Amino acid sequence: MTLPADLEVIASLVPAGSRVLDLGCGDGSLLAHLQASKGCSGYGVEIADGNLRQCVARGVNALQLNLEDGLALFDDKSFDVVLQLDTLQHLRNTERMLRETARVGRIGIVAFPNFAHGPNRLRVALGRMPVTKTLPYQWYDTPNIRVGTLADFEVLARRCGLRVTDRFGLHEGRVVRRWPNLLASVAVFRFEAG
Amino acid sequence: MASVGLVTPQFMSFSEPLPLKSGAVLPAYTLAYETYGTLNAERSNAVLVCHALNASHHVAGTHADGSVGWWDNLVGPGKPLDTNRFFVIGVNNPGSCFGSTGPMHTNPATGRPWGADFPVVTVEDWVDAQARLVSALGIETLAAVVGGSLGGMQALAWSLRHPARVRHVVAVATAPNLSAQNIAFNEVARRAIVTDPEFHGGHFYAHGVVPQRGLRVARMIGHITYLSDDAMEAKFGRELKAGPGAALGYSTQAVEFQIESYLRHQGDKFSNYFDANTYLLITRALDYFDPAAEHGGHLSKAFAAACGRRFLLVSFTTDWRFSPARSREIVKALVDNRIDASYAEIDAPHGHDAFLLDDARYHGVMRAFFDGIDRVGGSTP
Repeated sequence: MTLPADLEVIASLVPAGSRVLDLGCGDGSLLAHLQASKGCSGYGVEIADGNLRQCVARGVNALQLNLEDGLALFDDKSFDVVLQLDTLQHLRNTERMLRETARVGRIGIVAFPNFAHGPNRLRVALGRMPVTKTLPYQWYDTPNIRVGTLADFEVLARRCGLRVTDRFGLHEGRVVRRWPNLLASVAVFRFEAG
Repeated sequence: MASVGLVTPQFMSFSEPLPLKSGAVLPAYTLAYETYGTLNAERSNAVLVCHALNASHHVAGTHADGSVGWWDNLVGPGKPLDTNRFFVIGVNNPGSCFGSTGPMHTNPATGRPWGADFPVVTVEDWVDAQARLVSALGIETLAAVVGGSLGGMQALAWSLRHPARVRHVVAVATAPNLSAQNIAFNEVARRAIVTDPEFHGGHFYAHGVVPQRGLRVARMIGHITYLSDDAMEAKFGRELKAGPGAALGYSTQAVEFQIESYLRHQGDKFSNYFDANTYLLITRALDYFDPAAEHGGHLSKAFAAACGRRFLLVSFTTDWRFSPARSREIVKALVDNRIDASYAEIDAPHGHDAFLLDDARYHGVMRAFFDGIDRVGGSTP
């Protein structure tokens, strides 16, 4: 099974055999890949009916829960890795979710669109909101309730008492480690509870 | 989609007494059951369907009298629980009134109908009786056990009492035990029956009467709790029986509103076919179900026994009798034990009754789960 290049990079961050909780797991393709190729196990959390059905169809454990209600269902440190990919920008209570992620998992991995990516900056400098591959929505019609930057997340992570163990950018499937806040369309952070 | 067609109930008698949770025993007994589809050579494609309060072994297909199975929209050729691939078993529980040994049958000790003396049966006792039927059909391990509401409790109990004999568990619109409010509704229903002058302490058969008034009220209160407030409002609102704009009768006794007419109709229908002692027994089985109780109230400890099974849980957002919060308690117990499980919370408007309806999201996830069983379990005939 082939994953989009960005997901391949994320999958490579997950140690083999991990217990994984994927918050906002979509159609379950990443979890299915981790199960099949890295011997991982665990659960996805997903709110959309169609995605949930697809998870079940591909043999991925999926729980239909609203992440806004928190992670009370999951015990402290009950997962090796908690993933939050393309999820953060849809949630109202980002700060609580990050603290909960660090509580439930030994390692947290977060990926989200980096608003400080060069083309976005240019677009804003020209007076318009960006519409790109990573941020494909018009400002008036978007499921994203917030946008943030790689640099912004550093500040929030400190505020939440998280210890960032790795951070880099992704752009069109390539890892960007040099000036990621300018050159990458996606921000990726790996962190642990401080 | 096709139906399994014409079906005929079968009966199997068991001479070995069934020890019950209460300490009593059910001496000899007979179970009514139906099967659909074909058992494969490996005997690995059997799925047991457990029934809820007022249903029976007649799960799918049509009887000669035209009655259609209670889960016919789910079970059949090409349906989510596909009888082209699975061998599906429906069984009537002891204590019921649809063919299996129940209170209206003869108590061998007295030569008279059991009546109120029929031993109190629990969800666990039913599951033990079902396990004997499954064995007698030559099946060691079920591909899955499936149920909704009280049937869901039986599916859960299978995973706790006979975990080695079931690979998958599907529990819909169910709960790990009844809340005080739920027991309260059951108690109102039971009091309605027991205080009916024609109940005669449960031995009404000898008097040639039926406590129909009690049964009607029991059914009416039950029915209210199976529907959501919104569904009832949408279906009936304040509509008058006499039609829109009709003059009010200013009567305290006559049927004025459509909802009254509907409830009375449901009550009348029910009181003509359901047994009063069965109603008492089945509501009691609901009240007593509480697998966490034997583990100091820790549901997660109870579900340690179910490790290795795969679960699908489904709840409905407007079901206030078996609410999503109760299903999430079960999900938590499964997650705590690292048991493979999926959970669907379907945003359906119909209340508890939704588990009997064919909502596409609900049946879609059921189909996906059963298809997965077929894939990993080698259950193709």
